[in-house]
Amino acid sequence: MNRVSSDRIWSLVFILPSLLLIGIFVYGFISWTGYVSFSNWRSLIPDYSFDGLSNYISLFKDFRFQSDIRNTIFFTILFIGFVALIGQLLAILIDQKIKAESLFRNIFLFPMALSFVVTGVIWQWLLNPSTGVNLLLEKFGIKPLWYVSTDVIPALPIGKIEFGIPVALVAIVIAAVWQMTGFSLAMYLAGLRGIPEELKEAARIDGASEWKVYFKIILPQLRPITMSVVIVMAHISLKIFDLIYAMTGPGANFVTDVPALYMFEKTFRANDYAGGSAIAIILLVSVAIFIIPYLFVNRRED
Amino acid sequence: MAAKLTRPLIYIILIAFSLFYLMPVYVLVITSLKPFDQVSLDTMWQLPQTLDFSSYQTAFSKLAPNLMNSFYLVIPATILSALLGSLNGYVLSKWKFKGSEIVFTVILFGMFIPYQSILIPLIVFLRSIGLYNSIPGLIFTHVVYGLPITTLMFRNFYASIPNPMIESAKIDGANFLKIYGKIMLPLSLTGFIVVAIWQFTNIWNEFLFAVSLTQSDQQPVMVALQNLAGSQVVQWNVQMAGALLAALPTLIVYILLGKFFVRGLLAGSVKG
Repeated sequence: MNRVSSDRIWSLVFILPSLLLIGIFVYGFISWTGYVSFSNWRSLIPDYSFDGLSNYISLFKDFRFQSDIRNTIFFTILFIGFVALIGQLLAILIDQKIKAESLFRNIFLFPMALSFVVTGVIWQWLLNPSTGVNLLLEKFGIKPLWYVSTDVIPALPIGKIEFGIPVALVAIVIAAVWQMTGFSLAMYLAGLRGIPEELKEAARIDGASEWKVYFKIILPQLRPITMSVVIVMAHISLKIFDLIYAMTGPGANFVTDVPALYMFEKTFRANDYAGGSAIAIILLVSVAIFIIPYLFVNRRED
Repeated sequence: MAAKLTRPLIYIILIAFSLFYLMPVYVLVITSLKPFDQVSLDTMWQLPQTLDFSSYQTAFSKLAPNLMNSFYLVIPATILSALLGSLNGYVLSKWKFKGSEIVFTVILFGMFIPYQSILIPLIVFLRSIGLYNSIPGLIFTHVVYGLPITTLMFRNFYASIPNPMIESAKIDGANFLKIYGKIMLPLSLTGFIVVAIWQFTNIWNEFLFAVSLTQSDQQPVMVALQNLAGSQVVQWNVQMAGALLAALPTLIVYILLGKFFVRGLLAGSVKG
């Protein structure tokens, strides 16, 4: 009896420091940022006096922040879509008992070992409007401007901005997809390996075509994986910062700007700490909307 | 039969994608090996006429101090966060208590928060304890915000160690510490490798903390690499050489220990 309780105390001693750290540095600091976002702290001198919602209101009226929202929406859709589709396609192909399987797997996975900064530096050179990929494309009569283009297509005026896909953003999507496909590939490959062979064989014996096996058996089994891929990519995409910082910055007319970048510049270049905090809190809430339900569903399944 | 016909098609698609995924590496390497006057936009796809390592020399002389900073940062931060993660994982997998699942979820959420949402208080805090603009400050930051992922990885890893083993050790009179020291730690080697690789790679590649918490001579290599582009004339050959140098440590880890890297990647995706 005595020993059991001393074990309990030891387990508390083990975990308590981490709990305190998380409590202070995650939840405490988030509350602190939350408070700053309602304050008047807009210069180098801290000013914690309460100013209500004014920082949030001026953000949503701001051309740059409206551009950020548009860019985030289109970046997220394109990025997740391509990462999930290409990752799944490659995983299915690699799963066909092919030769040199590990070679192919390694080729698609290695960009994950790089940092977004390195990726940004390389792709900035590759997608330079007068070089690289464009020299190849020019032979087919295509002359894209990539990351220096200020076009938005199709341009639908909403608020202060043109709503549509900024062309320059596509360059960043390409770089980000290049880097992150390996993640969904690995996830899907693990998922495919988890589908019992007998299930597929049984369907084939029943005369199902390969397409039918894919759509009726494999795809439904992969649904939880797609779910995880979408959630993980969504949270990466919502807070993406380093790739864009290294590759294009905010871009002309803010066509490649994102909230994380705006937060950084507002806080550390303009010393508008309250405004920066407001962006940070909006970012946090948008991530939490995806993550919290997912965490609880996942826990329950455990 | 149908499967046989599609074989060549499978390889064609895979090879086409492989070429696309390798293309940046090709350009990176050939550009870095060219002297500056050969680096022009219309010859970027051509192999260098002569091998020239001067861009590596320039890049290395500029990045060497920052490369060292990154090592001073990554090694202690990786070790410390693996140790703390192991302690947490042990408790949360083998010594569950009432509400431990909720505690775990509360810890896990820290993995997903945008770090912008804690950045301003963090800077104020690090300034107040005198660790702002210092490698120890960055180490501390990475250990704290690495806790969720290392806890998750170790918890999953320890979950695979059979409970009856722990139970029988308890019956034999082993206490909390003995079970950790004599059973869990010796069985943890793979767990430590996976977590260490994952943390090493993440901390080496991290940018937001590095750029906002350090300046000039304290900066890790990723910030210095980004600053290489800051000069008036972009020396692309030096930039590419620098990118390769900065990426080398994690690439080596990936090439040598790819299997563990993938395991960490899967463990980090909150499955299970």
